[in-house]
Amino acid sequence: MNELLLQVENLVKHYRLPRESLFAQAPQVQALRGVSFSLQAGRSLGIVGESGSGKSTLARLVMALEAPTEGRVLLLGRDLHTLRAGELRDARKDFQMVFQDPYGSLDPRQRVERIVAEPLLRLTPAERRERVAEALDAVGLRSADMARYPHEFSGGQRQRIAIARALITRPQLIVADEPVSALDVSVQAQVLNLLQDLQQRFGLSYLFISHDLAVVDHLCDEVAVMHAGLIVEQGSPQRLFGNAEHPYTRQLIAAMPVLQASTTVPT
Amino acid sequence: MNFTTRARRHAGFMLGGVLVALLIATALLSFVWTPHSAVEIDIPAKLQGPSASHWLGTDSLGRDIVSLLIVGSQNSIAVGLIAVGIGMGFGVSLGLLAAARRGWVEELVMRAADFTFAFPALLSAIMLTAIYGPGLVTSTVAIGIFNIPVFARIARGAATAVWARDYVSASRACGKGPWHITFAHVLPNVASGLIVQATIQFATAILAEAALSYLGLGTQPPQPSWGRMLNEAQSMMYLAPQLAIWPGLAIALSVLGLNLMGDGLRDLLDPRLARSR
Amino acid sequence: MPMLEVKSLQVSLPGPRGTARALRGIDFELARGDTVGLIGESGCGKSMTALALMGLLPQGAVIDGSIRFDGQELVGLPDAALCELRGQRIGMIFQEPMTALNPLHRIGDQVAEPLRQHRGMGRTEARAEALRLLERVRLPQARQRLDAWPHQLSGGQRQRVMIAAALACGPDLLIADEPTTALDATIQGEILDLIAELVAGSGMALLLISHDLGVMARSVQRVMVMYGGSIVESGATASVFERLAHPYTRGLFGARPRLGGARGRKLATIPGRVPELIDLPDGCPFAERCGWVINACRSALPPPLPVAAGHTARCIRVDEVARSAKP
Repeated sequence: MNELLLQVENLVKHYRLPRESLFAQAPQVQALRGVSFSLQAGRSLGIVGESGSGKSTLARLVMALEAPTEGRVLLLGRDLHTLRAGELRDARKDFQMVFQDPYGSLDPRQRVERIVAEPLLRLTPAERRERVAEALDAVGLRSADMARYPHEFSGGQRQRIAIARALITRPQLIVADEPVSALDVSVQAQVLNLLQDLQQRFGLSYLFISHDLAVVDHLCDEVAVMHAGLIVEQGSPQRLFGNAEHPYTRQLIAAMPVLQASTTVPT
Repeated sequence: MNFTTRARRHAGFMLGGVLVALLIATALLSFVWTPHSAVEIDIPAKLQGPSASHWLGTDSLGRDIVSLLIVGSQNSIAVGLIAVGIGMGFGVSLGLLAAARRGWVEELVMRAADFTFAFPALLSAIMLTAIYGPGLVTSTVAIGIFNIPVFARIARGAATAVWARDYVSASRACGKGPWHITFAHVLPNVASGLIVQATIQFATAILAEAALSYLGLGTQPPQPSWGRMLNEAQSMMYLAPQLAIWPGLAIALSVLGLNLMGDGLRDLLDPRLARSR
Repeated sequence: MPMLEVKSLQVSLPGPRGTARALRGIDFELARGDTVGLIGESGCGKSMTALALMGLLPQGAVIDGSIRFDGQELVGLPDAALCELRGQRIGMIFQEPMTALNPLHRIGDQVAEPLRQHRGMGRTEARAEALRLLERVRLPQARQRLDAWPHQLSGGQRQRVMIAAALACGPDLLIADEPTTALDATIQGEILDLIAELVAGSGMALLLISHDLGVMARSVQRVMVMYGGSIVESGATASVFERLAHPYTRGLFGARPRLGGARGRKLATIPGRVPELIDLPDGCPFAERCGWVINACRSALPPPLPVAAGHTARCIRVDEVARSAKP
């Protein structure tokens, strides 16, 4: 299956900020200044960058949560932002999102069953329950958990619930915006292994956004480095991290703390 | 620890709850039984002190004070419920609409609320009753109208915060529209703040009705009303001060009970949820 | 005499399900000029240790044991005396610069506040000193920024301001609780270098708290690994990261994805998850998740056993662990 799953063409996004004073022009933020890339089915693309690079804006545009100022997002050949409301809603089953904050991405007032079943449309309650049980099982939780509330779970478990919600419509693409950044190291490892597992089992593609180069190196087939609204370098992780060309990429790699035991430590 | 256990331990909430329960019970009781009639005038029996048949005595027209208080509670509760009902019904809807639509809709709703706030509520209620004629209905509606911007502001502020949360973005990513999100996510998450405010507005409504009745613009005779009892007691202040004390106490205790309950609810409802990590 | 001596520090927290032991017998020492790191994951007690040192424990916490700062016992000290110490002899930097700085006060005033409170400086004098401090932490355009508001600065710049405020009175001990976690990678390095330079320059002691192994490797001479309210391994950073004596330290190391590591291979995870404080067992807190556990592990908290010079680990099977392959 090597068809193009996702194509992003020249994406530009400007935000207008509130005016500083009554007579001043409203300042503009150029969050994205022309981003293009493509993703094949079954592969993962990592987007690395720091705050202000535009990576979260990119995620929101790919998920059609906001409209681009210019450019197109094509999923399976269809321009998401030109679809009618009903068509877009139906198309959403093919692409889902996992957010960074496990404490903010689940409605504290709803039980897990309702949260995980939210993307499902037009199913009977019994069918929904079955699909929820299936999704929870796939992420390593028990079906009994569907009757509980988010606050009864730890951060890592909540992230699993969020992943279950993203999986339930059997999508082809999952956009993950810093999905493990808020988790402890040992929990992060468990969730990364889970994501890897799910990719192999269900043939998922990931658009994996992170600031952590090591995580992206571990999980992704290809990496794009973003800075100030543009992709400055793109390539395989081995090539990029072994032999970076762009000075910003080099800067990012140099900033990574190296974990050799006998590094020079201030005495 | 679930809600009922914590509620039982919260002194303010329990006290407030008892007072409010007393108020409601009194109103319910008044439909089935009162010691004496609250409307029949009995001049020979006027201004009596407490006795076996008139537990708190009689007023200047011979009416039993206890009966007057009991039936008067009907008014207070009716006004509270209806005025807060109007305020919440319209106010919360407008507030949620403003938060969901943003843009000019939000501006319009908020500026209308500001405009309404600009008028001193009680004076405007007086003006309305002057135009449309005094009475329980007019005064209730007037109080209700001035509750609308209160709830609109609170609902919109709380709702805007909820719209910014990731779980709403997740819902949008599932293809859910603003109606679904408002009812499935926003409303349940802002409800606790609104409930707390409702108890406080209930207390304010009771005070407002009492004030209007005191001025003769609210409940009209012969229907008993605590506010009017205060007015009637005014001219008797030196002869029979107790005529003012009893209705005043009734109003004060009702308001106190509602405020205590409201504060207690605020403690019980909000911080727990934020702390469950 | 060491500057800071912590002996048998215990902290209990009341909770909905009973009393939880947040800290179980913490022992360590800090001399002037030492740089020590406390590393662990959520719920291990590292932040609680910092709060205990500062006397900022939450309501209802019960503290036991001894904390001696320059010979003075801090446990049980009345709040007024602790206020004297805080900001003046012990400085603290927090994780979130935006919430640690008051958004309604200009940054110059916030840096000057400890000077006016503890040194009794007047407005002008404190302001001049604040400028000097901001220049020392290399805040760009410090003079213009004296009257700026926190929201006008970037995360890294705000962190510099916090460091300036923490160092204002020249404390003997600096406690930094996750100072770079909220910052971008490129800025993290700059801030860590700044802290190291300031600490070395003034002979302060540094207690650095973090969950990040990389941050520890570059910043501190000694590191203490915490789990379940106890220090499970303690020693020179180089020695700890080389030997990985305690099974938890080993597990933590193995769970990190490494740049250039074998792709497609699963990360070695520690089975199970961190138990709630209230559910901690009496014996070794790591017992239920450990690959080397035996019955003896569960009966009592293992004492710190020597692994190398100045390096101990609370594990009765350190020898077996040392013999197995490293992650």
